[in-house]
Amino acid sequence: MSLLEIDKLSLTIGGTPILRDIELSVAPGEVMGLVGESGSGKSMTALAVMQLLPWAAHASGRVTFDGIDILAASEDQMCALRGDDIGMVFQEPMTALNPVKTIGEQVAEGIRWHTRASRGDAEERARKMLDRVGLPAAQFPLSRYPHELSGGQRQRVVIAIACALKPKLLIADEPTTALDVVLQAQILDLLRDLVAENRMGLLLISHDLAVVTEMADRITILRHGEVMEAGDTARILSGQLHPYTRQLAQASMHVPARARHSVGQGKPLVEVESVTRDYPARRISLLKRGAPIRAVDDVSFSMAPGQSVALVGRSGCGKSTLARMVLALDRPTSGTIRFRGDTLTGKSEAELRPARRDMQVVFQDPYGSFDPRQKVERLVAEPLHVLEKKPAPAARREMVAHALHEVGLSPGDMDKYPHEFSGGQRQRLSIARAIITRPKLVVADEPVSALDVSIRAQILDLFAELNQKLGIAYLFITHDLTVARAITDEVMVMHDGKIVERGRTSEVLDHPQSEAAKALITAAPDLHRAIAKRLHEQG
Amino acid sequence: MTAYLLKRLVIAVVTLVLASMVVFAVLEIIPGDPARLMLGLNASADQIELLRNQMGLNAPVMLRYLHWAGGLLSLDFGRSYTYSVPVIDLVRERLVVSLPLALMALALSTVIAIPVGLFSASRRGRAGDTIAMGAAQLGVAVPNFWFALMLIYLFAVWLRLVPGGGFPGWSAGVWPALKSLLLPAVALALPQAAILARVTRSALIEVLNEDYIRTARAKGLPYRLVLWRHALRNAMIPVVTILGLQFAFLLAGTIIIENVFYLPGLGRLVFQAINQRDLIVVESVVMLLVAAVIVVNFVVDLSYAVVDPRLRGRQ
Repeated sequence: MSLLEIDKLSLTIGGTPILRDIELSVAPGEVMGLVGESGSGKSMTALAVMQLLPWAAHASGRVTFDGIDILAASEDQMCALRGDDIGMVFQEPMTALNPVKTIGEQVAEGIRWHTRASRGDAEERARKMLDRVGLPAAQFPLSRYPHELSGGQRQRVVIAIACALKPKLLIADEPTTALDVVLQAQILDLLRDLVAENRMGLLLISHDLAVVTEMADRITILRHGEVMEAGDTARILSGQLHPYTRQLAQASMHVPARARHSVGQGKPLVEVESVTRDYPARRISLLKRGAPIRAVDDVSFSMAPGQSVALVGRSGCGKSTLARMVLALDRPTSGTIRFRGDTLTGKSEAELRPARRDMQVVFQDPYGSFDPRQKVERLVAEPLHVLEKKPAPAARREMVAHALHEVGLSPGDMDKYPHEFSGGQRQRLSIARAIITRPKLVVADEPVSALDVSIRAQILDLFAELNQKLGIAYLFITHDLTVARAITDEVMVMHDGKIVERGRTSEVLDHPQSEAAKALITAAPDLHRAIAKRLHEQG
Repeated sequence: MTAYLLKRLVIAVVTLVLASMVVFAVLEIIPGDPARLMLGLNASADQIELLRNQMGLNAPVMLRYLHWAGGLLSLDFGRSYTYSVPVIDLVRERLVVSLPLALMALALSTVIAIPVGLFSASRRGRAGDTIAMGAAQLGVAVPNFWFALMLIYLFAVWLRLVPGGGFPGWSAGVWPALKSLLLPAVALALPQAAILARVTRSALIEVLNEDYIRTARAKGLPYRLVLWRHALRNAMIPVVTILGLQFAFLLAGTIIIENVFYLPGLGRLVFQAINQRDLIVVESVVMLLVAAVIVVNFVVDLSYAVVDPRLRGRQ
C-alpha cells in the first residue's frame, strides 16, 4: 500500500500546461527520487502534493495521501496534514527561515499548532529535534536567530521544522543544491537516517543524478512536465535504455574534448606572492574589536598563459576573496600580486586600466549579473570602456556581433533584452562579455553550478573551445569536482584560507594527499560510483 | 544592542547640534538687521537699538549662539516680541493642543491602515483589494481640508454629535477637549492612513513572496496566522519609517486643519509669528520641531532594532 499515490496529475497555470499525466508513488520507508531539469515540473509536483500551488494554478487527476484525496481536501484538512503528516524541506536554506524569529520559536511553532502543546512542552520537543539534526544546545540554544547560523546549519533547522512531528512523508526539494559537497553529504546522511528511524517516505527532488542515485530506491525522470521513465534506480541507471535518461547521465559526466597544448612558455601570467587578506572582526564592545578574521592566509601561486586552473574548496574557505584580489577588486592586507609582470597591489584605478583590459570575470548567476533594462549590445560591450580608444558605434556593434558569434549566439541577439534568453544562453552572454576585450585571463566563479546538466555540458565545451582558440587562461572557482576534472589542467585545493594542495587535476582528484582534498573528494557525488554501489547492494 | 543604541544616540545629538547652528545661522544670514526687520519701516533708531539689546544682537556671534543654545537647553527660548511673554509659555499653550491631536491622528491612521493593508495584501488582485486600494487612492488624492469640511457638515452640523470647531481647553474636562479634537484628528488621519495602507500592502506583498512564508505554510499554519505571525513583523520596517515621517508632519503641518477647526495649535502660532515677523518665536518653534523630528527618528531607529534582530548586532 503506497503512502503517496499520484495518478494522472495534470496542472495548468493560467492556461499554460505545466504537468501532464504524472504518475508517481511513494511507500512508507521508501526514497523516491524525482529527477529533471529546470522547468520540468519537479517543484510543481511537490507543491501540488502540499496544495501550496500558486493562486492561478489548476490541478486535475488524483493525488492520494494515506487514503486522503488531496486535490479535494479543504484548506483546513490540508493545514492539519502539512507539517504534521507531510513535512517539506526547501532548496534555499539562507532564505527559508524567518529572520526575525528565533530558531526555537520556528521549530516549536508547528509543534504547538498541531499538538496544542504548552509552550514549555513544545520547546522541549523542539530542543530534542534540534539535538537530533546535529545542533546541540550548548552552541545552538533555542534563542539563536537564523542570521547567526551558516547555510548548512540553517538547512538543519529547516529539516528539524519539517521532521519535528515525525511526518509519514517528507518532501525535500533540492535540499542540498545550495550547499558545498561536504555539507551536502552530511545533510543527505541525516535525511537517510531520519527515513530509517521513522519509516518515513521521502520524495527527494533533485537535478543531480548522482545524488538521487546514491539516495533513492526508485526514481522518476521528468521532462517538460511528463514522466519519461520510472522504476528501480539501479535498473534504470545501469541499463540507461531510455534515450533521455542516457542523455542526462552522459551530460552529467561530460568531459569536453581538449587537445593537449603546450602550457607555461615564457613569463608567468599571474604571480601571487604570500598574499594575506584580513577582515576586521565585529566589535566586542564600543571600543574593542575582536581579532581580525583571516580570509586568505599567506597564499602563493603562479599561472602560466593559457593555463586552466581550478581553485576548489568548501564554502567560506576564502576562494572568492582570493579571486577578487587577483582581479584587483579587493586589496591584499599583505603580499603582492603581479599580472604579466606588473604589480597590481597598491595601484590606482587609472593605473590598473591596462591590466583590467586583459582580465575579465564570469559570475555564477546568469540571472542576477545583467541589468534587465539594458539591451544585449550594451551589456556585452560594457568592458570596452577600459580600452584606450573607445570604438565608434559601428565598430562596437561589429565587436559585439563577433563576440556573440564566438559563444554560439546569433549577432541578431544584440537588440534583445536579457529576459528573452534562457539560463544557458545568459551564461553564454556573460562569457561573450568576458571575451570581448580579448583578455588573457578569465576568472569564472562557479560558472556552471546554476545550470542544468545538459546546458552545463554545452557551456563547459564552450569554455574548452575558447581556451584552445583564444589561448585564454582560466581560474575556475568551484566546489564541484566534476567541473574541475572536465576543464582544468591543474587543481589548487583551498582550506581555511590556505592552499593545502596543488597538482595536476587527475592526480589530485584520484590520489588526494591533504585531509581537505580527501574530504572533498569522498563527499562529492559521483554517478559511476553511485551506480556501482547500488548494483553491489542488490547483488 | 548597546553599540547600536549608542551610535544612534550620538548621531541624534550631533544632528541636533548641527540643526541648531543652521537655525541660528539663518538669522545671521538674513540681509539687514533682524531688529529693524521685525520692527518694520517706520521704527525709530531708539526702538531698534532697544530691541537689538533685548535680542542680544550686540554681542559677538559665538557668544550669542552659546547663550541661545544654553537657553534652549534650560527651556528658555527668550521672549516673544509681539506677545511680550516668554516663548516657552506660548509654545506650551499650543502644544497641549497639537501634541494630543498629532498622537490621536497617528493612532487612528495606524489602526485604519494596518488592517486595510493586511486585507489588501492577502487578497491581492481580487475585488476586495481593488476596492480598498481605490479608496486609498482617493484618500491620498483628496485634500484633508475637504474631508474636514465634510466631517463638520456630517457630524457637527447634521448629526450634532461633536462641536464643529474651537477648543474648550483641558480645564473644561478631558472628554469635551477630546471630543473637539476628534474630527480634526479624523480629517488628518484619513490621508495619512491611505498612504500608510498602501505602504503596508506593498511591504506585505514583498514579504509574502519570501521563502520563509512558504516554510511557515508548510508547517501547517493557516494563512491568517502566517500573515500575522510571519509576514507583518517583517513588513514593519517601511511602515515604521513612514509613521515616523507622518508624526513629524502631523505635529507641524496641520495649519490648514487648525484653521478649519479654529484650533489654537502650533501651526497657527508659527503662521501668525511669521506674519508678524516675530523671529524669536519662529526660531524657537522651528528648533522645537527639529528636535521633535530628531527624537522621532531616534525612536524609529530603536524600533528597527526591536523588529529586526539582525540590526542588534552581537548581544
